[in-house]
Amino acid sequence: MFSHNLLRSVSSAVCKKCEGLVPKFEAIFGNEYVKTTESFRDHYGHDEGHFPNRPPDIVLMPGTVQEVSAAIRLCNEQRIPVIPYGTGTGLEGGVTAFKGGVCLDLKRMDQMTQLNEEDFDCVVQPGVTRKMLNEMLKNTGLWFTVDPGADASICGMIATQASGTCSVRYGTMKSNVKNLEVVLADGTILYTRGKNRRPWKSSAGYNLTDLFIGSEGTLGVITSACVNVHPRPPALSAAVCSFPDVARAVETVVNIRHMALPIARIEFLDEKQMQACIAHSKLNMEEKPTLFMEFHGANERDVEEQTALAEELCILNQGIRFEAATDTVGMNQLWQARHMAYYATMSQRKGARGFTTDVCVPLSQLPKVVTETRKDIDASGMYGTIVGHVGEGNFHCIFPVVEEDEKEMQIIWGLSDRLVKRALAVGGTCTGEHGIGLGKINYLKEELGEEGVHLMKLLKKTLDPNNILNPGKVLSE
Amino acid sequence: MRVLVGVKRVIDFAVKVRVKPDKTSVVTDNVPHSMNPFDEIALEEAVKLKEANHAKEIVAFSLGPAKNQEILRTALAKGADKAIHLEVDDATYQKVEPFHVAQAIAKLAKDEKFDLVFLGKQAIDDDANQTGQLVAGFLNWPQATFASKVETEGTSHLKVTREIDGGLETIKVKLPAVLTADLRLNEPRYATLPNIMKAKKKPIDKKTPKDLGLDLTSQTEVLEVSEPPTRKGGEFVEDVPTLVKKLKEKGAL
Repeated sequence: MFSHNLLRSVSSAVCKKCEGLVPKFEAIFGNEYVKTTESFRDHYGHDEGHFPNRPPDIVLMPGTVQEVSAAIRLCNEQRIPVIPYGTGTGLEGGVTAFKGGVCLDLKRMDQMTQLNEEDFDCVVQPGVTRKMLNEMLKNTGLWFTVDPGADASICGMIATQASGTCSVRYGTMKSNVKNLEVVLADGTILYTRGKNRRPWKSSAGYNLTDLFIGSEGTLGVITSACVNVHPRPPALSAAVCSFPDVARAVETVVNIRHMALPIARIEFLDEKQMQACIAHSKLNMEEKPTLFMEFHGANERDVEEQTALAEELCILNQGIRFEAATDTVGMNQLWQARHMAYYATMSQRKGARGFTTDVCVPLSQLPKVVTETRKDIDASGMYGTIVGHVGEGNFHCIFPVVEEDEKEMQIIWGLSDRLVKRALAVGGTCTGEHGIGLGKINYLKEELGEEGVHLMKLLKKTLDPNNILNPGKVLSE
Repeated sequence: MRVLVGVKRVIDFAVKVRVKPDKTSVVTDNVPHSMNPFDEIALEEAVKLKEANHAKEIVAFSLGPAKNQEILRTALAKGADKAIHLEVDDATYQKVEPFHVAQAIAKLAKDEKFDLVFLGKQAIDDDANQTGQLVAGFLNWPQATFASKVETEGTSHLKVTREIDGGLETIKVKLPAVLTADLRLNEPRYATLPNIMKAKKKPIDKKTPKDLGLDLTSQTEVLEVSEPPTRKGGEFVEDVPTLVKKLKEKGAL
């Protein structure tokens, strides 16, 4: 269970050391990029999750990897925590500076430094978000396919091994990284695939690139990434279908995958979620478990055939009201509920913050886990909705919570805890895409076993002997 | 119906524009450029007219230096059939005004017998919002500007809904006519790789100002280009009476 003791006040020793370092930082960065005022630092102590705000002692805004290296070296000498910050759109408290220290706001480094159209890759700095990148690519016929809900920093997405609705077809962040520029705890600038190397694949040595993917700022700070881009699909279509119950909706997903239908997006909204969305956006849809689908193809006939096959499978599973569209406006309209899902849930409770769960289980176990979870939530009396990247067995429960209400939070944490145990029991994971951050540290041992956690701690000790890189996250201390 | 779509190469909207030290213009060297967003919308609407079999041919047009070819290739990738590049050198281009561009478009529209001239409502660099109106004036054609919806009325007329200050206005114009596109007219499609490949083979006709008998004499002179004043920091006050006093001092009350 998550312990609030972790969020005690900032260490005053760290605070004093940081104050002492301000002149040194100003010499490296220039005065305007060293921020110490409370109102400024306040923005950097939280992300979009539910963990309380714990601002850093200083915010630095580097413009180059050399500046990042110099700052980290200084912090390492002084044993001061360093937390990298991209867009602050994480959900697991990854940037919460509960041990104080220095926050590196990387948004000034906002260039796409290379675009290699023929090789289907490009190199981006941490200030480039996924929507910014697609805007830069808009006339090239290429696009960046990893699309989590937020318009997140791509390097941040790498740090959390993010994925999105298109991952079922185009892969998660992990499958779309060729090389990383990482600054290590002692200031060393490392190129995980070698400097300027961009092979499609390689067997050269240990896979350092993957080591940093999902490391949540605890093994190094990512300052540049070579990522894959894909050709835009020439033809698209979208479809929506409701079902009498969760089991049949998920069964349809299993059928679709088994038929080798290369579905591009397949999302699930449960009944409560549909109710919220229909009320919030005044939609003409069924208040039933619903699948949202998107098809990408080489030409119009291709997507027509995919859509027709999907329709057949939906009907076979007693689908209700299968609707499809091929024009942009129509497609957006069909998907509106899915796009507004988070806001619709949050609108049910004014002033609440979002508490989101993130388990991922083998597809065969999904109907059971979702059904049991729904029963558990309903029995608890709490309000929560379910949205899922069902194609991958990953789903989120969204609870609008008031963190100050301790009794309520106990119930929520109970639901979340039982959900994780449920997922682990069927061979799944406690987090499909959001990361461990603060809230899931205690599950790592059960999920990975003592040996796994032990090895992770060994790696952490080797790469960050003074434990300055985002301390207190991912691994227990 | 043959449609002429004007496309302008402008500094990309996401770029932080900087003024040159000599205050004559903005920095354009090594700065990302792209097609004017309103022109993209005009092109998209023209292509949709062709897909609905109301238009037979879409021709993209641009006046500018060699780099404008990129914009024309993008237009071809997004569905234009042909392109016309009226090339001038960089120095000349600095002094080109909507007046000149409109003359060129009007001449082309008349000589090559276009039925519809479709432009963006304004360019995001100069925000002039003149070219479409000037073209209509030169040709004495009807104009429907700030279009947010375009429908055909038989083969001789178009029904256009326009965005105006008070709301929406719907008018009927007889072809040939000039239209300018507003933001909500449509959402432009992406160019896909196959279309980008195909666009490489589509023709781009080169023309010079002389070919069109174009007089590029300046009508206006830019005196100065400067940035807005930088924002100064705020200050905290202790209480409301002090706040009111300060606001009065600054002339805000």
